[in-house]
Amino acid sequence: MSSLPTLPGDDIRQIMWRYSDRYDLQMAVQSARQVARTTVARLVAEGERNNHEWNDKKNELLQSYDASGLTNLYMDPEQGGFIEGPKNMAMALVAFEISWVDAGAATCSLANNLALAPIHERGTREQVEYYMGKASLMDGGTPWRGAFALTEPLPFVGVDTGVLSGKIRIAEWEEGKEPIIDVEKRGRFITNMDFANFVTAAVDSDDERIKGSCMITLEEGDEGTYDRGAPTLKLVHQLSSTRDPVFRLKVPASRIIGGYEVVDGVIVPKYQHSDVIAAVFHRTRIPVGLMTSAKLLSAIEPVIRYQRQRFRGGDSSEGTPRFDMGLQMNEDVTHRLIDVWVTGEAGSSLGFAAAREADQFDPIEKQKDQYCEEQGLTGRKQFMAIRKKEAEVIEYLEQLYAPESEKDADRIAELESDILVKFALGDARANILNPGTKLWNTGYGATMMREAVTLMGGYGTTEDCPGFLGQKWMDAQLEATYEGPEAVQRRHLTLGVTSKIFRKEYSLMIAELERISAEQPDLGTKALASAMKLWEFTLDHLQQSSDANGKKLYHNKRQGVTFPFMDTLCWLIASRYFALDIVELKEKGPLNPVLAENLEAYISFYEKLSKVQIARTVGEVIRSCGEIVFGYATEETEGIDQFRELQKQAEESVIGFKLAKEQAAEALVGVMIPEALDYPA
Amino acid sequence: MPNVYHIVVCGSIVPDPLQTLEPVESPAGPSLKNEMMLPAVLDPWASHALYEAAELVKKCPGSKVWLVSVAPKAKLQQVMMNIAQKVPFELVAVEGASSGFMEAAGTANALATAIDGIADLDKSRLLLFGGWESASRGAGAVMQMLGEKLHVTEQFQGVDVLEVGDDDQFLIKERIEGGSYQVNETSGCPVLLGWATGNLPEPKNNPQVGMLNMRTVMPALQRATKADITTGDVDYKSVSLPKQKRETRVEKNMSADAIADEIVTWLNE
Ligand SMILES: Cc1cc2nc3c(=O)[nH]c(=O)nc-3n(C[C@H](O)[C@H](O)[C@H](O)COP(=O)(O)OP(=O)(O)OC[C@H]3O[C@@H](n4cnc5c(N)ncnc54)[C@H](O)[C@@H]3O)c2cc1C
Repeated sequence: MSSLPTLPGDDIRQIMWRYSDRYDLQMAVQSARQVARTTVARLVAEGERNNHEWNDKKNELLQSYDASGLTNLYMDPEQGGFIEGPKNMAMALVAFEISWVDAGAATCSLANNLALAPIHERGTREQVEYYMGKASLMDGGTPWRGAFALTEPLPFVGVDTGVLSGKIRIAEWEEGKEPIIDVEKRGRFITNMDFANFVTAAVDSDDERIKGSCMITLEEGDEGTYDRGAPTLKLVHQLSSTRDPVFRLKVPASRIIGGYEVVDGVIVPKYQHSDVIAAVFHRTRIPVGLMTSAKLLSAIEPVIRYQRQRFRGGDSSEGTPRFDMGLQMNEDVTHRLIDVWVTGEAGSSLGFAAAREADQFDPIEKQKDQYCEEQGLTGRKQFMAIRKKEAEVIEYLEQLYAPESEKDADRIAELESDILVKFALGDARANILNPGTKLWNTGYGATMMREAVTLMGGYGTTEDCPGFLGQKWMDAQLEATYEGPEAVQRRHLTLGVTSKIFRKEYSLMIAELERISAEQPDLGTKALASAMKLWEFTLDHLQQSSDANGKKLYHNKRQGVTFPFMDTLCWLIASRYFALDIVELKEKGPLNPVLAENLEAYISFYEKLSKVQIARTVGEVIRSCGEIVFGYATEETEGIDQFRELQKQAEESVIGFKLAKEQAAEALVGVMIPEALDYPA
Repeated sequence: MPNVYHIVVCGSIVPDPLQTLEPVESPAGPSLKNEMMLPAVLDPWASHALYEAAELVKKCPGSKVWLVSVAPKAKLQQVMMNIAQKVPFELVAVEGASSGFMEAAGTANALATAIDGIADLDKSRLLLFGGWESASRGAGAVMQMLGEKLHVTEQFQGVDVLEVGDDDQFLIKERIEGGSYQVNETSGCPVLLGWATGNLPEPKNNPQVGMLNMRTVMPALQRATKADITTGDVDYKSVSLPKQKRETRVEKNMSADAIADEIVTWLNE
């Protein structure tokens, strides 16, 4: 029997998600929480999700983001912000907090940052200063809001962002003056479009005097048409504004994000639109993934309350199981809630790990850009220079994962002084963590959100459901779609996993999990390691094998092979980061006097959750890899026996794990929850 | 000319009122079940005092607010992540139990020592603020004792309004029976005010204010001295929650007048 005193609070979260010593982040969390559980919750409760138009009431959201300083979350202190350095973790936490109540409202706050991101990541210094200044609260008055316009009406940009129908042409180009550009762009599903004062738009050249594509900023006051277009008739996220705008504007060429050069009479933008969006999405997809995980965790308290109170007020009286336990008399309801819970936990662990990694990566990427510029390394030359570092990155990884006593501090310092080494590692990690977060947290999260809704019975699909679970279920589907649907993330992963650096780190992770298991067997990480081995074997197998028609199995066109296989990878990494967060709690928890008395109980509960998550992961990997390997096998396929052996080992690695689930579920019967939800329903 | 005041606000933390508060016996006397794990808030009455203090500082430039808090400091730190964003103040933290079962005199002693220790506090300009009671103990005893200890004998409790005139003329409205106020006039510092709700809304979070406050909040928490606060000589025979009856009805389209009418009818039942 495992017991859990209360639902985990900030003290525990701060340790697990590693921001106990970041007061700026803790304050951002408090600010976001206050807005979420007052203004946002009230708007949902009052039915503001039931209309498509932006209105004065919805506009209160923007005001409350301004009033609570969240509008400046993305800004540096000199631009009026309050957080020094990279902001990925900050955005992740704020998105998480607001989505705890309503992810549309979270999107409304994030979309502004998404609009600024192309400028922030790739803009010239003047562009950064100008737009960050305009969008900041620093000067008082209403700050500028922005929108990010990539997606176009059918049949143009959607998942495929390669070919743009948005065009630019030179309108005027007087000798010695800034060229003036005609911009034509139609957007589809563009967030913030009701009130955006500026737009960062992806466009392509339709003029031989402009080379290739770029992103460009458009402003409300520009000459021409700035038509906000028709509102999108969304079934979800109605607390964000979405429209299909039409722009036909004249703007100076200085609006090209990142600037341009004139080469032989041709305007050559410094960055193609694809360079810019790659840099942007690299980061902004992480908070989206966390939005769905927040919903799952937010469901626990209302579901438990519903379960316990289900039969109160009727004939049953206090002291009877029917009165005291309500629906929790039935094993299934607590078991299913554990599944919902653990999915939220694992997604959060993965997403916050991705956000932390992104925070580390930001300055590395900037230093790399600077270094490459100094060395004249561009395009392929840069790519090759980074590739050449592979052996060193692998050595660096070996050092990082080595036991303390075997680490060579001097060598580590030497390797770390090479910016390309650090960049290559960060990039390889981001190529897995970021799409992994977006894909698994939202996709599988949406599936599990349905389970949460189920636990509320008919109530779950009504507007009155406490915790807005029905709305959250639908919303999760959008999170799986915008900023690149699951297909996009799976494609990214398909490329990411072939990196030698990833492969090296992956094998080091297996060893690390086995090491953890030797010291802390209760986390179940040995089983996770065995599932990871099975996956690793499958990857090699797929890369080496062909089907009955002689066609190679691992190929980016063979989505039937690679896509489900990428899904299983996400299970593995999510489980790993969850286990590591529990290790962190065990290590750092005792330093927090608030936790001292109850830490054991929380850890024991979390260990059970870890086993639940790992058992599900093992099952998923066995099933999915089996389907792929056997499904494409022929009589001649090699390695089947070895595969079977690894499959068997994985199966046996979870012996006894169901009992952990049972114990975790029992803890839900005793856990103390607040008297009432802290936001209106 | 507005005067310069040194405003000391005494306020500690209490469990978030939405939490399940279940009294249990512990070796150190009664406490609340899982009390350390319950999310805490700044005591609501003291919060009003703090917001009123900050407002007064705006009106009387050069004035300053100290927030003196006796609480388990790790929990106080969490609360500060929210409260420190609301208004500017300097924290003085004392590590000690803040449970409602603790003896009020112990808390008053600890506060008095802490206030005596504030180096740049000018007691001749002192306005001593606190809640007229706390949401945990609800006895309204601490501030009165504290005033006596610090020789602040001009004391007002249940204050909703403080108007400051020239030359330290204060008009103070104290709550009395039946929704009426007793209007007091007094002059000169020091004065003690135990606040009821005051008249100000909860300030919105402002992370900029938070970052500024943090410069003193974290060091204050680090150097917090320990006070041995106990249940004293009190022997609790039994503790239980007041019996409450909750009848909840969801009304979405009722006017404020209709709601008021219904409450009046119910009160008269
Ligand atoms: C509420 C909302 C807000 C949005 N906000 C913005 C915004 O602010 N700015 C912006 O630019 N866009 C925005 N979008 C657009 C969003 O990013 C796109 O809808 C999304 O990228 C998918 O494009 P699509 O709808 O054209 O789908 P399609 O491209 O038509 O894809 C449909 C489906 O086909 C499959 N598919 C497509 N291509 C492939 C492939 N190559 N391989 C495998 N499968 C594939 C996938 O299952 C995919 O989900 C928003 C959308 C919504 C609904």
